[in-house]
Amino acid sequence: MDEKTVVIEMKNIVKKFGDFTANDGINLTVHKGEVHAILGENGAGKSTLMNVLYGLYQPTSGQIFVKGQEMHFSGPKNAIEAGIGMVHQHFMLIQPFTVTDNIILGVEPTRGLVVDKKLARQKVVELSERYGMAVDPDARIQDISVGMQQRVEILKVLYRGADVLILDEPTASLTPQEIEELMAIIENLTADGKSIILITHKLKEIKACSDSCTIIRQGKYIQTVKVAECSENDLAAMMVGRAVSFSVNKQEQTPGDVVLEVKDLHAKDYRGVEILRGLNLNVRSGEIVGLAGVDGNGQTELVEILTGLKKAESGSVTMLGTDIFNKTPREVFQYGVSSIPADRQKHGLVLDFSVEDNLILQHFEEEPFSSRGILNRAPIRSQATELIEKFDVRPRQSELRPAGTLSGGNQQKVIIAREVTNDKALLIAVNPTRGLDVGAIEFVHKYIVEQRNKGRAVLLVSFELDEIMDLSDRIDVIFDGQITGEVPGKEANEKELGFMMAGGKKA
Amino acid sequence: MKKKFNILELDVFYTILAIVIGFIIGAIFLVIAGISPAVAYGKLFSSVFSKPKYLIWTLIYASPVIFTGLSVAFSFRTGVFNIGAEGQYIVGSLTACVLGIMLQLPPVVHAIVCILGAALAGALWSFIVGLMKVKRGIHEVLSFIMFNWIAFYLSNYVVNIPIIHKEGGGEATKDVAATARILFPQSIIKLTDCSAANAGFFLAVIAAILIWIIIEKTTLGFKLKAVGFNRSAAEYAGINADASILTALSISGALAGIGGAVQILGMGGRLSQLAAQEGFGFEGITVALIGSSSPIGCIFSGLFYGAMKYGGSKLTMVKAPSEVINIIMGCVIIFIAISHVFKTLFKRFSRKEGK
Repeated sequence: MDEKTVVIEMKNIVKKFGDFTANDGINLTVHKGEVHAILGENGAGKSTLMNVLYGLYQPTSGQIFVKGQEMHFSGPKNAIEAGIGMVHQHFMLIQPFTVTDNIILGVEPTRGLVVDKKLARQKVVELSERYGMAVDPDARIQDISVGMQQRVEILKVLYRGADVLILDEPTASLTPQEIEELMAIIENLTADGKSIILITHKLKEIKACSDSCTIIRQGKYIQTVKVAECSENDLAAMMVGRAVSFSVNKQEQTPGDVVLEVKDLHAKDYRGVEILRGLNLNVRSGEIVGLAGVDGNGQTELVEILTGLKKAESGSVTMLGTDIFNKTPREVFQYGVSSIPADRQKHGLVLDFSVEDNLILQHFEEEPFSSRGILNRAPIRSQATELIEKFDVRPRQSELRPAGTLSGGNQQKVIIAREVTNDKALLIAVNPTRGLDVGAIEFVHKYIVEQRNKGRAVLLVSFELDEIMDLSDRIDVIFDGQITGEVPGKEANEKELGFMMAGGKKA
Repeated sequence: MKKKFNILELDVFYTILAIVIGFIIGAIFLVIAGISPAVAYGKLFSSVFSKPKYLIWTLIYASPVIFTGLSVAFSFRTGVFNIGAEGQYIVGSLTACVLGIMLQLPPVVHAIVCILGAALAGALWSFIVGLMKVKRGIHEVLSFIMFNWIAFYLSNYVVNIPIIHKEGGGEATKDVAATARILFPQSIIKLTDCSAANAGFFLAVIAAILIWIIIEKTTLGFKLKAVGFNRSAAEYAGINADASILTALSISGALAGIGGAVQILGMGGRLSQLAAQEGFGFEGITVALIGSSSPIGCIFSGLFYGAMKYGGSKLTMVKAPSEVINIIMGCVIIFIAISHVFKTLFKRFSRKEGK
């Protein structure tokens, strides 16, 4: 890092949307060759700030300097010309096009009137070799892995001559292996004098690769720190504004009767291949059972069957002794299954509906929310106001906002508010904290444990081993469509679980 | 909280802007055709507003397109695309016509039976398409268009069945029984000097209000909208998505069917053999778009379309082609479709001005 050369300086940036202030006087200074993390809770204003820097939004007030010169971006085009590039969390690639086509799109090298594909390909290969980013220039996007797609996005930005790269939640959809590769790429880039602005709320990653970190809380600038001088706990506390506990506070409790019982369940996946092969599982009231497993071993299908979205081939599923095998989602819900779905935007929420309407999605036909087919707005509104307050959904007064305008973490809070207030015997939580910041994770974990303490049965399906180990009273390992091992939650360790998840038997 | 009123935020502003631009582009075409836009538009205006009688004709022209507009708007709001309002309109008018000729019932009752029959026919026509969608995954747009043609030829076939066909009376059916007509009493017709003054417009307003209540206030509307916006989440929440889609399409089809009945029982009185689809259903798409898919908006956009159709039919009197109306309406739709571009441009402009 070159401490003397400042590449980006944002001074006192304010961005208002109507009455809502998303950024309230934020400062950011990025040096050459530095990895600068921007840390903040969901909805703190990180993305807004970056959209201002990238020219997508014009600030209400404040100044932006690039290499000492004041800039007024009226669109991303100006930002790109100034050497700023952004890799969005959701990739913006054209699936049927090749890697090279995607990288050169819009800035194609031409010979006469035609695109010089040979030169383009050569440039792409040069760039990818220079920064150690393995990509196949001729592969189509639809055929390559998520990790490689991300490398294409980074190359796209570099191809446009960016010196400053904004990476928005770059690790959200990557596997651990791919994350390591990304870290190596970031190192190569900074070694070459590029600066990286990293938007994330994963503290581990900030500790692993950042030099400095600017913390934003509820739209306000908190401070900029040297990462080496802070612990993860310090960072978390600055982000949330209070001390955050990473461990879950949970009392010992004797579980009650069996709530969910799955016996000898067989099912096929969408290709017709047997994916569940005689799975047995039970969850008792007052306990959290964690289902640990590598993705693709049948956990997705199991949850789909339990929630009524998918039909199984054979076996039995009972809730409190009642057969719910291959029932519809409505029936399953009535027998006491509520769930926090893995894909919150697809299954959890109707994004165009207001928050208050999303909160009654399963109950709109019941008193007091409707009578004789007519919706009663007053109780719908008062329930929403109460839950928004209780579950700390931000911004407040969001009863009538479309759910799609909330940040991911707040969307998740809306779902949790709904599912938790259902008071069903069983709660299935699938990756309940994916994409959430530490403050929100702590919050979600607290509510899940509270459900267990109240005597509900909880089935936790998560790819985060830490989460499973922190929360579960009992951990079942799923491998190749069967439960291959079980360990009590407090005795579990990562090594043993990892071994079992890979198909190894418990010693 | 202080809310600043800003005209640039209003959808209606962009709709009116689109209409103005539509007229300007229409004027350019009129000039190219060698006709003074002032004369043509003057005629268009006076054809609608110069006599109370003309205004009533406008209402008569508006009634069926308000119904087809409601039909399309309802489908938009519930996440399906009813491009088959044309066919549902045809089977509706056919059913109303046949029931109006064949049955002998007291006044009012006869008309109600005809309208309900038309609603049922339109609903069924749409329901079949919906069934093919939910059971076999056949895209509704394709089957709707085919069903439009099936309805068209079915109608022409029935028109020529001896017991329906008028002997020696050209290519049309017998007249619908007077008991089935929804014409106003003779006294009112004399008073207004409009031979086809009928209750169609009032039925359309009632239907618009009912549809508004269904969409905004009922659990049925909630369910249909939830499925329309996000089928997966609705199913996950326990809503039967297939049943919802079928309900939405049936209601939408029934509205278009009633539109057909209103035209036959109000204005036409009989059904003619057609050389081409009349386009009431497709005009419904225009009405729905101009009305921002709002049922109440459809009343106003339907009135606008009715006025354009009625006024346009008089343009030949000043030697202006009545097709200019289609150009204007086409441009209006294009500019409504791209109104968000204007919105962004205007807002950026007004912000710069404000600095």
